[in-house]
Amino acid sequence: MKNPYLLQYPEPQETGSFIQELHKVLKQGYLPLHYFGTPEDLLYALLFKGDEILAFCAPFPAERVLPSLANLYPAFGIFERLLYEEYGIKPEGHPWLKAVRNFLPGDSKHEDYEFFRSDSPELHEVGVGPVHAGVIEPGHFRFICKGEIVHHLEIQLGYQHRGVEKLLAQGDPLLQYPLAEAIAGDTVIGHGLAHALMLEKLHDREGAATKIRNIALEMERIAMHLADLSALAADVAYIMGQNLFAALRTTVINSSLAICGSRFGKRWLRPGGVNYGISPDQADTLKKTLLTVKQQVIDSCEAMFGNLSVITRLMDTGVLKYEDAIALGTSGLTARASGVLVDCRMNFPIEEESGFLPYIEGGGDVYSRAYLRYREIIQSLDFIIEDLELLDFQAPLYTAPGKMVPNAISLAMVEGWRGRILHIAKSCADGTLNWYKVLDPSLVNWQGLALAMRETAISDFPICNKSFDLSYCGSDL
Amino acid sequence: MINLLKARLRHGYQAIPNPLTVPIHESFPGLPYIQPDADLEKLNRLCPVKAFCEKGLDLGKCVFCGICEREEPQMIDFKPNYQIATDAREKLIIAPGQEKLPPIVPINPRLIRRSFALRNVSAAGCNACELELGASTNVNFDMGRYGIEIEASPRHTDALILTGPISRNMADALQITWNAIPSPKYLVLCGSCAISGGIFAQSSELKREFLSRFEAQLFIAGCPAHPLSIIYAIHSFMGAK
Repeated sequence: MKNPYLLQYPEPQETGSFIQELHKVLKQGYLPLHYFGTPEDLLYALLFKGDEILAFCAPFPAERVLPSLANLYPAFGIFERLLYEEYGIKPEGHPWLKAVRNFLPGDSKHEDYEFFRSDSPELHEVGVGPVHAGVIEPGHFRFICKGEIVHHLEIQLGYQHRGVEKLLAQGDPLLQYPLAEAIAGDTVIGHGLAHALMLEKLHDREGAATKIRNIALEMERIAMHLADLSALAADVAYIMGQNLFAALRTTVINSSLAICGSRFGKRWLRPGGVNYGISPDQADTLKKTLLTVKQQVIDSCEAMFGNLSVITRLMDTGVLKYEDAIALGTSGLTARASGVLVDCRMNFPIEEESGFLPYIEGGGDVYSRAYLRYREIIQSLDFIIEDLELLDFQAPLYTAPGKMVPNAISLAMVEGWRGRILHIAKSCADGTLNWYKVLDPSLVNWQGLALAMRETAISDFPICNKSFDLSYCGSDL
Repeated sequence: MINLLKARLRHGYQAIPNPLTVPIHESFPGLPYIQPDADLEKLNRLCPVKAFCEKGLDLGKCVFCGICEREEPQMIDFKPNYQIATDAREKLIIAPGQEKLPPIVPINPRLIRRSFALRNVSAAGCNACELELGASTNVNFDMGRYGIEIEASPRHTDALILTGPISRNMADALQITWNAIPSPKYLVLCGSCAISGGIFAQSSELKREFLSRFEAQLFIAGCPAHPLSIIYAIHSFMGAK
């Protein structure tokens, strides 16, 4: 089977055997992709191992109580919290059941929630946010520290919650694509492409201009990795690097503006293909630009990663251990920098990605995440430059929509620059959508940041945070 | 070291000499020109956010997705003009045949002509406007040259620049930040989400009462607003020379 997938409608089974079945496959090393409830009062669990996907389904349990999986498999922790928040299904024995997005008094199922605290007189708390010092999205961070050293970090998000899944499920075909692009404005192509692939599968429609869509996806990866290298350089006071990488990012995103009119690739793609093609002239210009960018990235990165005062700040700082990265179910660059070989382009390749092999780094520290960005930028640049050679300029830009497959579940996964993006929806018999679920890698990876901060100096939080560079609006939806 | 020198040489001089007049790439969808005989109702049927009204196109709602232009190129054409900001909400509606938006009247040049500090509150947008606001201060756009700074503390600022449609969860934090800014203070709305709710306007998770309590003085259109639009808007608003 090839990504995107039309899932066989899983036969709902009784709750007890559903949980048993999950325990069985989790023991065999399957990892969760998503675990969620739907308005049809059904629970879905999607798991994967290598390139294999399993789907399980069960009706909501009587009394809405379910044994928690999170104690044994922490990756389920965040999904079970959402299940409780959205449908009131209580995971019994959950280690830390608290609000994800609905924390206001009145909305919340957790009245008077207090942050995790310690009564030791030697420890102090530091609270930051939701409004941060820079031009950043809102979120609350609560540190428990002994002097400079962080013992514990609690991350409370939800401030960006604006009901994206609900709006997407309403199924207004005009609104849907721009809405998918606005799930995270720094991952316009990642979410846009996942949305387009998912809908195409649901409408039994082939996507056109797949090469152009992949070029767009890799350009987004390059641009955002450059933005992160710039921000990391700024935070260790390596101002030269900050400016070199910021200017390079401008060059890359201006190239995307030259094609589609948006520096973030908004309006470039559409379900069925693309709105804006690449002409031979544009391909030529883009290739020249990217070759210059490549040389400049190599020189800038070799200079930065060869600078002792930079690497002493980055190395061994904010370590996310391999075991933790797996146990939490992290994906994308976060996981790969901790040595976990996981990448949708390898596990679930879409049309243009077959044969892809990702890089990994072993350290799990800020340095690994920074250096992996450098390697991925070069890899993506080579990928695009090669694709531009092979571009068919006569190809149609998009295909005509087909008829929606009724009562089907469609799943698409895209390796965005942060990690695995998942869009999944179910169609009704009458051509409308029953529900729509989105999973941004950030939702899971935020837990990784919280763990990486333990026993790290609080003054290193900015570089740790930027080395993960996770999305607030992508998690909050 | 040799890499750094090579990189520095290739980097050259990156600052745009004059961000107020620099031409932008022709593919940029800026200020639209609507033909006098355009069928606005037909255009509105194509529009995901229903930004067309009897008077024309409301740039405060428009998300610049370009669908109207691609479907009806003889009726509407988005020009590469980044001067898409006004000092009043109703002035953002561009009528058929109209070629320019009215110029922004400086609010209090005696006070803020040379220096203007803003505090950003990001309230449930998609982070694109925030990135563009950040880019306005980078090595290329460098709006600091006009004395425009994004400050960390609201106590040190003259204005609040809002991005995003304001979720219920952010309503209080926005109000608290606004209260912390000393008077006289100004409110700037950046991007279609902040101005009208944008692509999220229909969401039940928004709480936009703040905007009915406090009137904004500057409206910067875009989805997201381009750094050149942001710099044009704030620079004009200050009355800087």
